[in-house]
Amino acid sequence: MSNNIKLKKGLDLPLNGAAQKKVLMEVTPDAVALKPTDFKGLVPKLLVKEGDAVKAGSPLFADKMCPEILFTSPVSGTVQSVVRGEKRKLLAVVVKADKEQVHEDFGTSSVDKLSADQIKALLLKSGLWASLIQRPYGIVANPAVTPKAVFVSGFSSAPNAADPEFILQGETANIQAGISAIAKMTGVKVHLSLCRCQGTTPMGSMKDAEIHYFEGKHPAGNVGIQIHHICPIRKGETVWTITPMELAAIGRLLSTGKLDQSRLVAVTGPKAAKTGYVRTVPGMCMASIASLVAEGNVRVISGDVLCGENAGREGFLGFHDNQVSLIEEGDYYEMFGWINPIRSKQHSVSRSYFSWLCPSKKYDMDTNIHGGVRAFMFNNIYSDVLPMHLFPVYLAKACMAGDIDKMEQYGIYQVLPEDLATCEYICPSKIEWQETIAKGIDLMLKEMA
Amino acid sequence: MSNKLRSIVDKIKPTFCEGGKLAFLHSTFDAFETFLFVPNTVAKRGSHVRDCVDLKRLLIIVIMALVPAFCFGVWNIGYQHSAAFGLDYGFWQIIGYGLLRIIPLYLVSYLVGLGIEFASAQIKGHEVSEGYLVSGFIIPLIVPVDLPLWQLAIAVAFAVIFGKEIFGGTGMNIWNPALLTRAFLFFSYPSQMSGDVYWTGGLHRFITEGTCWFPGTAVADGFSGATPLASASLEGLAARGISAMDLFIGNVGGAVGETSVVAILIGAVILIYTGIASWKIMLSSVAGALLVGWLGQIGGATDLPCWYQLIMGGFAFGTVFMATDPVTAAQTECGKWIYGFLIGALCVTVRLFNPGYPEGMMLAILFGNTMAPLIDHLVVNATLKHYSKNA
Repeated sequence: MSNNIKLKKGLDLPLNGAAQKKVLMEVTPDAVALKPTDFKGLVPKLLVKEGDAVKAGSPLFADKMCPEILFTSPVSGTVQSVVRGEKRKLLAVVVKADKEQVHEDFGTSSVDKLSADQIKALLLKSGLWASLIQRPYGIVANPAVTPKAVFVSGFSSAPNAADPEFILQGETANIQAGISAIAKMTGVKVHLSLCRCQGTTPMGSMKDAEIHYFEGKHPAGNVGIQIHHICPIRKGETVWTITPMELAAIGRLLSTGKLDQSRLVAVTGPKAAKTGYVRTVPGMCMASIASLVAEGNVRVISGDVLCGENAGREGFLGFHDNQVSLIEEGDYYEMFGWINPIRSKQHSVSRSYFSWLCPSKKYDMDTNIHGGVRAFMFNNIYSDVLPMHLFPVYLAKACMAGDIDKMEQYGIYQVLPEDLATCEYICPSKIEWQETIAKGIDLMLKEMA
Repeated sequence: MSNKLRSIVDKIKPTFCEGGKLAFLHSTFDAFETFLFVPNTVAKRGSHVRDCVDLKRLLIIVIMALVPAFCFGVWNIGYQHSAAFGLDYGFWQIIGYGLLRIIPLYLVSYLVGLGIEFASAQIKGHEVSEGYLVSGFIIPLIVPVDLPLWQLAIAVAFAVIFGKEIFGGTGMNIWNPALLTRAFLFFSYPSQMSGDVYWTGGLHRFITEGTCWFPGTAVADGFSGATPLASASLEGLAARGISAMDLFIGNVGGAVGETSVVAILIGAVILIYTGIASWKIMLSSVAGALLVGWLGQIGGATDLPCWYQLIMGGFAFGTVFMATDPVTAAQTECGKWIYGFLIGALCVTVRLFNPGYPEGMMLAILFGNTMAPLIDHLVVNATLKHYSKNA
């Protein structure tokens, strides 16, 4: 069956600290931040000032290029601070949450009764439009464009990722409503990719979507890899992507008329005092889960360890994230580390170490990069961990050189930095793959604009 | 121990950092520091965790793979010397003599090569790359052991500066630096190189009776003039008392590291097992050599069975250690088959049809290096076209 796709290449990181399937707490954060930096290429236009009262669903900023795209507060409260960085770049709008939550009323409705334009207007107004990501480039979808198709990855293969069945239980109706709404709004096919084991779950019987089954190691769960195998993006084409968690929020918006972005977030990693799930909203301050973070020099990552963002203990959960990874900062020196025959505490894919002898062993990984940055040398290893018909080193070198033609030829439209994270992990030259690809994409955005 | 050493390093570190008295030695200090300690660098962007493998680790494995060939070579230098002069050395005398001859080559190779690497790293403000550790280990193994050290120094300097640093250093070079050293020697000092003083019996093979291990002195006795590999025949080999087994084990004349196919095969197993060198290149190179060797045999160019081509001269060493250099070899999987085959076939073609130049491996690999980007270009374009058609 063509809808079953088995990927041989990839890498499942043996990282300690998978989340126990248990809700540890319901976090009602004191402060919530909405960060323009969570949206690639966004130039925000601030719509509030410090001290303003906002409801859940009230706009905080808009897209300057496309002002109808609003970015709304996930909670009600008062605007505590507007954080700016260099050149007054807007970094975050922090909202101090009220005890009693008040929601903007967007009016209840159902997909059948709404027209495509009405659905679009509703998503734009409620702030849920920002969940739609456009590929190539990974920017917020442009409402003026009709995509070729919409892709949803029903699972994540990232290290210690949240279990889709656990976080989406009881959301079936909402997700179905979300899928139907997107299908009706865009008028194009919605592709839902599931992992093999999800066939019997409610996700396996979703309507208005074409279902594909993927099998394989990380990054098989990345929507970029799935698009590549279902229907690759060619020059001039755009596709949109959205996560099931965000589809559920669309479903809730339709059925309740309220913006409710609450989600189960997996707290994972070797430095978690307790692993498990917390129910919270995007933009949650990490200080709210301080009790789950172990003592010591711990890096608090919003997202997974491969492509998450270093938020810090006082940082905020990213808009699209449903995982917090906690690992130790590895700022130590290791004497003769590279010459040691056996480094039992470190993991390596390379056969120059012996990790492959115990494939089921899990490791307490830290942030040390275990070496110095060098030029590309062993160029044949990367395609083993990238299940795409691409030449990753050629693509990376084209990005480094800033050669648009070559980037196009080698498939820059097919990838986002996250898709090449496994290459970055195994790189013996310690090259920053994701940064390199991101710079290439930035250049494309600039040149193509 | 670790903490003590660390505190010493931390103490002297400021002297070598910017503003310190010895700041001009910063890259050198950094190279030694990272040799002792894996640095404390943490991931700032991108993936927060990284595989613990680094270039140092991979390259030390390559050196380990070279060690059997090195050890055998050391023994063989002493053995050939002892046999040529009828000295009847004992085992330790043989080893001692071999080390005595090889150590100066290593000193020059590393002092000159690493000196240039350190200096250029300092000028460019880069960290010192480890690439030369392997090149510097290979170079003494592929030059004649009685090469004057000044010639070696010039050749190494040429190869590192013009073969590597002007392209941007390790990882950016087009040709294998060790082979460039050799090619430089061959083209710059042809009278000594192809004559019987240094390269007795052609580039890779020399007749034990004709060997002179003392630089500058005349040929020991009886034999003069090179014997090209082209005239190598079953008869010729038999006349010199060299059996196929001798060629396989390696107790024959030749450059230090290249004679013993057994030792090289041990290295090949290590490289293939660790995945550092491509078995595809090795296999296709062997296939290319066998095919042309066979064609030559049935065509009457030689009476040697084709598999002799694999155990003679520098073929085995070149195939295992030099053609598979990940930087200069073809990078695409399909390209590796073509590249390896090209090298094997070209090497034997030169051996069979070029009477003036008995050994083809060096130039075959350099030619392969030159062609590798073109091969890759064609393979990449064809592959991308194929995928975009099927998409």
